[in-house]
Amino acid sequence: MNKSVVFKIDGVEVTATPGQTIMEAADEAGIYIPRLCDVEGLDPQGSCRLCTVKVNGRSVSSCTQPVVDGSEVENNTLEIQCYRRDLVRMLFHEGNHLCPICEASGNCELQAMGYRLGISKATKFPYLQPVRPVDASHPDILLDTNRCIHCGRCIRASASVDGKHVFGYIGRGIHRRVGVNAENLAKTDALLEDKAIASETCPVGCIIQKRNGFCTPVGKREFDHEPIGSSIENS
Amino acid sequence: MEIELSAFVQNVCKKYGNDKSRLIDILWEFQDRFGCINGEMMDLIAKEISSYRIDVEGVVSFYSFFSKEQKGKIIIRLCNDIVDEHAGMKKIAETFSKELGIGIGKTSADGKFSLEYTSCIGMSDQAPAALVNDVVVTNLTAEKVREIVSSLKENMDPSKLVQQTGDGNNFHQLIHAMVNNNIRKRGEVLLAENITPNAGLTKALEKTPAEVLQEITDSKLRGCGGAGFSTGMKWKMASGFEAERRYVICNADEGEPGTFKDRVLLTERANLVIEGMTIAGYAIQSQFGILYLRAEYRYLRPYLEDVLETRRKAGLLGKNINGKTGFDFDIRIQLGAGAYICGEESALISSCEGLRGEPKNRPPFPVEKGYLNFPTVVNNVETFAHAARILDRGAIWFAGFGTEKSAGTKLISVSGDCERPGIYEVPFGIEVAELLKLAGADRPAIIQVSGPSGKMIGRTQLNRKICFEDLPCGGSFMTFSTDRNVLRIVENFLEFFIEESCGYCTPCRVGNTFLKQQIEKVMKGFASKDDLQYLKDLGQTMKMTSRCGLGTTSPNPVLSSLEHFPIVYSTLVKQENDGLEAGFNIQVALEESRRIAKRSSMIYDPVYAHNENE
Repeated sequence: MNKSVVFKIDGVEVTATPGQTIMEAADEAGIYIPRLCDVEGLDPQGSCRLCTVKVNGRSVSSCTQPVVDGSEVENNTLEIQCYRRDLVRMLFHEGNHLCPICEASGNCELQAMGYRLGISKATKFPYLQPVRPVDASHPDILLDTNRCIHCGRCIRASASVDGKHVFGYIGRGIHRRVGVNAENLAKTDALLEDKAIASETCPVGCIIQKRNGFCTPVGKREFDHEPIGSSIENS
Repeated sequence: MEIELSAFVQNVCKKYGNDKSRLIDILWEFQDRFGCINGEMMDLIAKEISSYRIDVEGVVSFYSFFSKEQKGKIIIRLCNDIVDEHAGMKKIAETFSKELGIGIGKTSADGKFSLEYTSCIGMSDQAPAALVNDVVVTNLTAEKVREIVSSLKENMDPSKLVQQTGDGNNFHQLIHAMVNNNIRKRGEVLLAENITPNAGLTKALEKTPAEVLQEITDSKLRGCGGAGFSTGMKWKMASGFEAERRYVICNADEGEPGTFKDRVLLTERANLVIEGMTIAGYAIQSQFGILYLRAEYRYLRPYLEDVLETRRKAGLLGKNINGKTGFDFDIRIQLGAGAYICGEESALISSCEGLRGEPKNRPPFPVEKGYLNFPTVVNNVETFAHAARILDRGAIWFAGFGTEKSAGTKLISVSGDCERPGIYEVPFGIEVAELLKLAGADRPAIIQVSGPSGKMIGRTQLNRKICFEDLPCGGSFMTFSTDRNVLRIVENFLEFFIEESCGYCTPCRVGNTFLKQQIEKVMKGFASKDDLQYLKDLGQTMKMTSRCGLGTTSPNPVLSSLEHFPIVYSTLVKQENDGLEAGFNIQVALEESRRIAKRSSMIYDPVYAHNENE
């Protein structure tokens, strides 16, 4: 039998199984580490960097880093909160996120993360206001990459759950974006029933199901009453 | 055409075993033949190698030497690093643009020429320089540009541009380049004249692999690409994992602006480098080597292929090397396609596997799961050359050079404002001042050690030493005189990082753009003290949260210039935080809406006010 691993997150002792990531162990212990690109059921990608923690003083992404016996992990410190706020601001500013008119508002993980981290006013960063394409070619699905945060959840869901490869990354640097496996979405084999298209896969309002908008009233949306991460903390 | 294309696709893919891990090689054949890799080709290639079009497009759109859009038959790539800029690249670009009748980033209507900027091509010692397809043209002047364009228009043959070859081995018929090596100082390890060919390999094969590992460890050799990890430890780790295969990869993707030492080693010491790789193969019991050659050095490929072939014929590569039964090792060259990030070892492995050149998540590290998930040693060109010399002359001899924690000699590529730009082989621990003196930099004001990702220092720091204990240096050493603008240098470096970030992680993808916009604000005189704090905070976030070395080091130009040139910033920054945003001009902000609404302001629009008064 593998011996269990014991380590500390912000001074709280956590027991984990060897090979688990810091995030998995924290989730089981009811400690929430913020994340956007990681989601249950898909392999971790380690790209949004929201889940950055310090292990014995060295910063790592907790969704990809295995637990180490006896280590001290810093998660909810003032310093790390500052980094996380900067990262959320970067994601807002590199795209075109207009919460008041976005149908994901209230269910959006990016917006909810902003609230959770206490970002309540205009930020110091410049708005990049990129010109990004909207692909409305598919009869049932709209792809508005203005709201994409490059989390790659649709890419991984399509490949590993649907077995399809509808999505993938193209371009590099600030021009890196999600592309589709053909000239446009209509020419791919994407279907409304795909896991990649499911509303819980896209954390923002980038993948939209047509004729199904704004159906949850204010007050009943996912993050209307409790901040993001509550389900882990209350478990 | 369609039948022709599908036959071409089948032939090319078959040549590489329909193996999707050879996608970079496959794409090069299309780019060379058609000047683009369009949607139809991507569909056909994906089908042939059992991949997906989106994955092929992902790779095509990642590398700057591949293009979905049609490029000209001759592509002129102008090097836009800061040394080339200081040497007059702007004028060169204008002259090319005028003579060809096309703007930068454009292709001529007749499909003959494309003109574009590219990141450092490794010719900073002979700037301004450019690539004309694979042919390097150096020390450009407006007059030379006119001759080049007229020759190209007449012959459409870039090879005709080389009328005189450079020094050293550049005259070799398989290199035949106007490039100069500019070796200014030969040390005793790498550039010594009396190196016995294959002495290191012969002695290595008399030892057991474990003894070779020990020799390298005892020499205290550290990786020469910049990070400085212990070579002995790296090799030991890779040999320690049980595996069916192991790989040795030579990182010849030297892309740090201002470095060109590997170009010179590959030209002058190619055999020594291959010998070092072979020794590594023996030490970690690997049969397979890959030399990853950056696309900018493609002109060296025929020569390097010939070196490999000659060694095969001499029994120095292939089966039972040098008569040693059971030691088989061979090397293939993997050509890159224009991406600085591929110098990062796990990104380089991704690229060798035919993927986008993005770093991988670690752990696992390449020594455990590297190329195709096999244990892999990735070392710099210079590191392998050192290894061969260490086996020849012994660990004690090598460790006798340099300092306690930085053993041996280092090749430094000196460029910028100095009389003798070029290659200096010096022992680790040399003072910055001494190197400047050797290079003939008489008015040094700004020194950039180890390229944009390294440190910027000023005149008060000239007694610092180049070594891991003080100022580490991967090879790039740029010196700038008092005439140069610190902030423009910083801005140029940020432009480089924006261009070369892979975009995988948030802080590097977005942060570099923010840093650049903020530096522009400082340069315009709009910044307040708070804005300098913003630069420091953002730099810190990027350092702490980026996924690989590119993002953790790209704020360095900003942070180290703030540290060592505070006066440059303070003269441009408003001394009082008056709460006003100097960069915000309400009239400019309202201009567009006023124009759309066809309204003018009596108070603020002088023209309007004037007309009303009449």
